[in-house]
This record gives sequence, C-alpha cells and structure tokens, in this order.
Amino acid sequence: MSNIKPVIRVKDLVAKYGELTVLEGISVDIMPNEITVILGASGCGKTTLLKNILRLYEPFAGSVEFWGENVLDMNEKEFDDVLKKTGMLFQGGALLNSISIYENVSIPLEMHTNLDRDLMDKVIRVKLNLVGLEDAAHRLPAELSGGMRKRAALARAMALDPEILFFDEPSAGLDPITSEALDSLILTLKKQLNMTFLIVTHELASIHRIADKIIFLDGGEMLFYGTLEEAGKAGIAQMDHFFEVGRF
Amino acid sequence: MNLRVENNILYVQTDMDKFSVPELKSQFMRLKKSGDLEGISVIDLEAVNLIDSAGVALLDSFQQALEEDAKLLLTRGAQPKIRSLIDTFSTTKIKFAPIPKPQGFWESAGEATVNFYTKMVAALTLASEIFYYSFVGLFTPKSKRKGSLTQQAFLLGSQALPIVALLSFIIGFILSLQSGVQLKNFGAGIFLADLLSITMVREMGPLITSIIVAGRSGSAIASEIATMQVTEELDALRMMALHPIKFIVVPKFHAITIVMPILVMFSIIVGQIGGAIIALGMLDISMESFISRSVNILALKDIIISFAKSIWFAWVIVIVGSFYGFEVKGGAEGVGKATTSAVVTSIFAVIVFDAIFSLLYL
Repeated sequence: MSNIKPVIRVKDLVAKYGELTVLEGISVDIMPNEITVILGASGCGKTTLLKNILRLYEPFAGSVEFWGENVLDMNEKEFDDVLKKTGMLFQGGALLNSISIYENVSIPLEMHTNLDRDLMDKVIRVKLNLVGLEDAAHRLPAELSGGMRKRAALARAMALDPEILFFDEPSAGLDPITSEALDSLILTLKKQLNMTFLIVTHELASIHRIADKIIFLDGGEMLFYGTLEEAGKAGIAQMDHFFEVGRF
Repeated sequence: MNLRVENNILYVQTDMDKFSVPELKSQFMRLKKSGDLEGISVIDLEAVNLIDSAGVALLDSFQQALEEDAKLLLTRGAQPKIRSLIDTFSTTKIKFAPIPKPQGFWESAGEATVNFYTKMVAALTLASEIFYYSFVGLFTPKSKRKGSLTQQAFLLGSQALPIVALLSFIIGFILSLQSGVQLKNFGAGIFLADLLSITMVREMGPLITSIIVAGRSGSAIASEIATMQVTEELDALRMMALHPIKFIVVPKFHAITIVMPILVMFSIIVGQIGGAIIALGMLDISMESFISRSVNILALKDIIISFAKSIWFAWVIVIVGSFYGFEVKGGAEGVGKATTSAVVTSIFAVIVFDAIFSLLYL
C-alpha cells in the first residue's frame, strides 16, 4: 500500500445538462507527478469531466478533492487559492486577444504576486522561452499560428508555477510534428518541475507518448482507469475497439 | 534576516518562492546599499528547500546586481532538485529579442497619414466596386439570391420603423415646444408650422433617420461582414465563384436605397405630428392652418434636397459598414472593433455631409 496521496480525488461525480445525465458515478484518484489522460469517443463526457473537476460546471452530485480538501464545499476565495496552484490550457488557447502574449503571461503574476517589474519580466520571459516563444513576446494572439497560440497559452498557464496542469485537447488542430513537440514539452515539465497533468485527448499517438494512466469514458461512465499496459489486458470491448480503430 | 554575509559568501536562509521573493529582494538591496556585499562571489543555497521561477529570477537579479563587484558569481550547496530548477528557469543564458521602442511623434504622425491615405484609397475602391456591381446588378437579376432584396428591405427598413417614429415624434415635439415658447413671446406663434416644416424636411428628418440607421443597420452590416471574414465564409463564397460584394453588399445597397427615403418621409410626418400637438394645444393654431402653412412653405427644392440627402446618407452608411467589415483583422475582438468604428465613422460622415449639403444648397 503506497503512502502517496492523490492530488485530486473525484468521488461518485454526477454531471447533468438540465435533465440529461452526462456523467454517472465517476470515482478516480489522480496521483502526483503523473500524466493522466482522459479519453473516449466524442460526446462521451471528457471535457465535461474536466470542467466539473475545475468547477467551471457545477457537479450535480459527488465530491472533488484537491490535496484532500473538497472544493465543492469551498467559498470563492478558498477555491481561488486552489486555482492559483493549477493551470489550464483550453482547446483554442483562450488567450486575451487585445493584448500581447507577453501581457497575457503577465496577468496572473501581476494579480497574484508582489514581484517587482524586473523579476516579473524575468519570470515571463523564461516561461515564454520554455515554450519557444521568446521572440514572439510582443505579438498579438491573432498574429500567431494555432500551435504558437497553444504554446503561449501554456506559458500563461505556467506563470505561477502550478502543481497541476489541465489540458483540453492539446493536440487538436495541430500537425503531428507540432503535436509531438508539445508532448515533449509536457514530458520535460513533468520531469523537471514534478508537475501533475490531467489531459483530455483522443489522439492515440499522443496518448502512447505521454500517458502514465488513462481514464476511459464511454456513454458518461468510467469503464477503465489504469496504465496503458493494463488497458491492453483489461478486455473491455469498447476500449479495445477505440484503440483498434485509432491505430494507423 | 533571511540573507547573511560571512567571509564573502551570501547565505540564503529561507525558501525562495513568489511569496518570499519581494522581502528577500528588499533585504538584498539594503545590504548592497550599506556596502556589505562588496567582494561577494558565492551565494550559498544549502538552506533553500523550495524554489520556483520567481526565486530563480531573484538569483539572476542578484547576479546582475553584483556583476560590477564579482565578474563570476557562483551558487553552491543547492540540492539536486533545486539545481535542476535553477537550470530550467534561469534567464542568464537566454537571449531575448529587444522590446520594440515606442514611436516618436513624427514617426507616429507619418504612419497615421499613410494609414489614412491607404484607408481612403481602399474605401473609395470599395465604394466604386459597390456602385459598379449595384448598377450592373440592376440588369442581372441572377447575380442576387431570390428574395434577398425583400429580406434586406425588411431588416434595414421595416424593423427600424418603430424607433424612427418614436424619436422623430419626440424631436418634433421638443423643437415645437422650445421654439413655440419664443415665437409666442413675439406674437408669431403661427410661424411655428413654417419653422417646423422646413427644419424637419431639410435637416432633422434625414439626419435623425440616418443616425438611427447608422447605429442600427450600419453596425449590423459591419458585424455581419466582419464575422463572415473571420470565419472564412467570404473565402467560401469566393470558392463557390460568388463575389462577396455582389452577394452580400449589393442587396443591402439596393434595399437601403429604396427604404431610406421612405423612412425619412415617415420621420418627417411623425415629427410634424409631434409638433402639431404643441401648435394645437399651446399656441391655439387650428389644424387647417398648421397643415396648409406646413405644406405651402415647402418648395420643390426642399423636397429634392431631403430626398437626395436620404439616399446619399444611406449609401455612406452601407459603404462605411462594408468597408470596416471587409477590413477586419483578428477574431472576435476585431469584429467588435470593426462594428464600433463603422458606427462612429458613419455617424461622423453623415453629419459632415449634412453640413456640406446645407452650405451648398442653403
């Protein structure tokens, strides 16, 4: 029995859109310094699970704990303190379009730290350097390609050195080379900064490259949670079919 | 003190994260000011158990600040985990592109002039294309979708009718109220009908209607075209061998040319009704006198000017709205900017052209 405690514990989570039940009784532990990938067919509830964990959608029932504390019982200020230790990369980047990517990265630092301008500048630049955008610091998001926008959004998500990073479809719309580069960056961050990742994707190549654990959803239910190796031996027809069809 | 100096070594005795860094920096600056850091060439990090990117930025900052005193500043005693983070987050080996300098006055003025000239050329080119395709479109009905003219006439005209009526009524009422009081003092109350008639027909009717249409339909035209631009719908039209101006702008141009004079006429009549309430109720003018004086004071020239203004302003609104729609850059942000610019510019242009009309045809 391991003494390592999960960073996120989801228990009996139910999510609904109106009368429609989207997720039913999801229970899972996300362990520290692991890359956990949520996968499944389109419409199975992957993004809904991610957004319920982050309270972007309020869960209908169940609990979500971050570092042992149920965030559903927290007030806004308490939950803000949790959010400051996490970062999220949205599918389209969700950068603020009216300001440069340098300023996008600076916002969390300006709002949540007391660093002076010089130190803040160093932190921003090193984050942009980590994602390979140091030369594009003063460009507007509209002037960047899709891949660059995602990297800029990653720099913003990392601004406060979060312990957990959430990704919603990081590879969507990216060419295989850019996608692989993003995966390499995720692996580097995991190794060097001991970060924990929860990633929604259905890109099989990416899953094989980065996943320590996978959560397989089907029709709003969690059919599997474990390593890729265990997934191959689990004998779950829907999951086997998913991997079989996605193979190339 | 979390910083200690001993034997030319600077000891950091606390964790270095974004919360402790501001205090550590101020302690460092105090030590530097007092001269205690002279000759320092090593920073000892043995007591540091936690560091983040802000902490590493502070170390880099120490290095820069001590550069004059110590050409080669070393750190020692760092745990492997801390050392790895310093290597990851240090900015000392990164070469950054310089921050672009803000432009000087003359550079900005020159750029603004060139931009204005370029935009004017683009706007005039677009206007000429719109006029050309609108004229050609009259004789080639197949170039427009069936029913698009009616649909646009409904959107640009019928739907604007209630707001035009309400505002025209209020303006007519206020004009009569203010001027009626003054005229009554001189015993010239009967001239209210003349004054209101000339004002509504020559100025207020076309102007109020154009400002409402600019705010309502001009913004709708700009946002529709801008959204189509950012979502590649215009490119899709081109790939279907359809010209965006012919397909999108020309039906609006034709529709607004028809509905604007009707809206202006309607505005004049409703404005006169608003004025008649004051004339009949406050100045004891009979309905017959009010109507006959209102009609008799008008010359054919006044009607033609009103009609010409309404059409000219309508064209300005469509051209300006289309121009900003096609010129959009960026995503949703760009659409918002294009819409705002279209409304502001078309209202400004309408007022300027109104002044020109008034001066030319007094």
